[in-house]
Amino acid sequence: MGRDMGLTSEVPAPGPDGSEALRIEGLRKSFGPHEVLRGLDLAVAPHEVICLIGASGSGKSTLLRCVNLLERIDAGTIWLDGQAITRPGVNENLVRRHIGIVFQSFNLFPHMTVERNVTLAPMKVLGLSRTEAVARAAELLDRFGLGEKRADYPDRLSGGQQQRVAIVRALALRPRLMLLDEVTSALDPELVADVLDVIRELAEGGMTMLIATHEMGFARDIASRVCFLADGQIVEQAPPGRLFSEPSDERTRRFLRRIVDAGRL
Amino acid sequence: MLGDSSRRGVALSTTSTVVVIAAVLAIFLLAPGSAQVRHTFFNPTDMWRSFVGDPKAGYYSVGAALWLNIRMFIAAEILILILALAVAVVRQSTGPVLLPLRVAATVYVDVARGVPLILIIFAIGYGLPALQLTVISDQSAAVYGVAALVISYSAYVAEVYRAGINSVHRSQVAAARSLGLTQWSSMRYVILPQAVRNIIPPLLNDFISLQKDTAQVGLLGAIEANKAAEIYSSTVFNYSSYVVAAILFLLLTIPLARFTDHLIRRDQARRLAGAAQ
Repeated sequence: MGRDMGLTSEVPAPGPDGSEALRIEGLRKSFGPHEVLRGLDLAVAPHEVICLIGASGSGKSTLLRCVNLLERIDAGTIWLDGQAITRPGVNENLVRRHIGIVFQSFNLFPHMTVERNVTLAPMKVLGLSRTEAVARAAELLDRFGLGEKRADYPDRLSGGQQQRVAIVRALALRPRLMLLDEVTSALDPELVADVLDVIRELAEGGMTMLIATHEMGFARDIASRVCFLADGQIVEQAPPGRLFSEPSDERTRRFLRRIVDAGRL
Repeated sequence: MLGDSSRRGVALSTTSTVVVIAAVLAIFLLAPGSAQVRHTFFNPTDMWRSFVGDPKAGYYSVGAALWLNIRMFIAAEILILILALAVAVVRQSTGPVLLPLRVAATVYVDVARGVPLILIIFAIGYGLPALQLTVISDQSAAVYGVAALVISYSAYVAEVYRAGINSVHRSQVAAARSLGLTQWSSMRYVILPQAVRNIIPPLLNDFISLQKDTAQVGLLGAIEANKAAEIYSSTVFNYSSYVVAAILFLLLTIPLARFTDHLIRRDQARRLAGAAQ
């Protein structure tokens, strides 16, 4: 029996609760002497859209990078669909097929056309033929209004278009979970709406998502649950209506007051 | 106004160039030994004879011998590009299993860069035949010369590759790995193509140097352009053949140098265009 059999076969291995899309327990991560995540817990049901809010440096990005195994965690366990993905011996490349991540700075491959950016992983990771991968890419690019940009290189695209291509690139692997790391923070204000529309469409399609964001209005609009991060933990989580109108933790109140004062809510 | 000042600039630079050239020429022509030097180094008859060669008179054609330099250059260049890439990728690897290879690659780069090329040529060209092995000890001087050039230059070029790999932003690695690409696939499809684009000018610079260093293989007795010139001068006692060899090497290297300049300019223009967006 291969140790990562659970991630290759169709039969899910038993986890703490098979009905959860994602479960995180006791997650710790330090960079040198600085402990960013201090025993963080989080459970996400299928089709849930979780917005992570909190001050810069509160660990939102680190959390997402840990879930995608881009950072080696110090302690704790992460389960994806009931299977522990932080066990030693798990094939991280297999795990990442199922978890798409989109970065603040797009990180498209500048030497490849839009189409090649989108087809690379389906061909090299999933083993799709060029024809299949191109068809899959065309379908996604058309769906998000990027069909005409197929042959362009990323530097010919606006920031909003680049970020939408980055989302399509992640979707091309048909992930079960999408991680969005402040995907609109590097965009000019007039380009933000296009990208948020794409995310909204994904949410309506039932995609399970973990979204780190500074867009409070958007979080209130789209999230099934908002989690406020501070001191390396989730100090408060609630449906957006409740968290934004009647926060219970003092740290959440202080954070939201600053956001309101800055005119961003 | 602007047109006036730029015209004055052109006039000034033209004048200064003419004056400098005239001065150097005057010193050369008025020197006490000028006539002697012109006869031994710049004799048109000797230059032509050494260029076409005359085996019956005991000397080879410098022009024909250059063909060996070109062949050695091309063979060495291809092998260097491959070996240096392998060395660079090994040095950049992180897995604990590859530690011995990594150490070997580091030692190789240190040694091959630290030892003068001429000593490597001697070590290979005289050392390998002395071992009296089959095949390895029975090669021509040109083959040993190419081997020595490959050993010496691959160390430099490996470092150029490595600089190129490091010039690709780490977020590109994260993006590639996050899509489930293996470390090797990320290197192959995402990092290396961008790295190579960044290092084409310094690579070509090394190859300009390689083109003329093929002349050192003549020390092993291979009849390349420099060796042919030496044979001519020691047969006829006139050094004009060396000037012919020098001109031929210039004709080889200058186009490559201009091509390198062109690529650097194009790259700069591209970066500026990218920054303007």
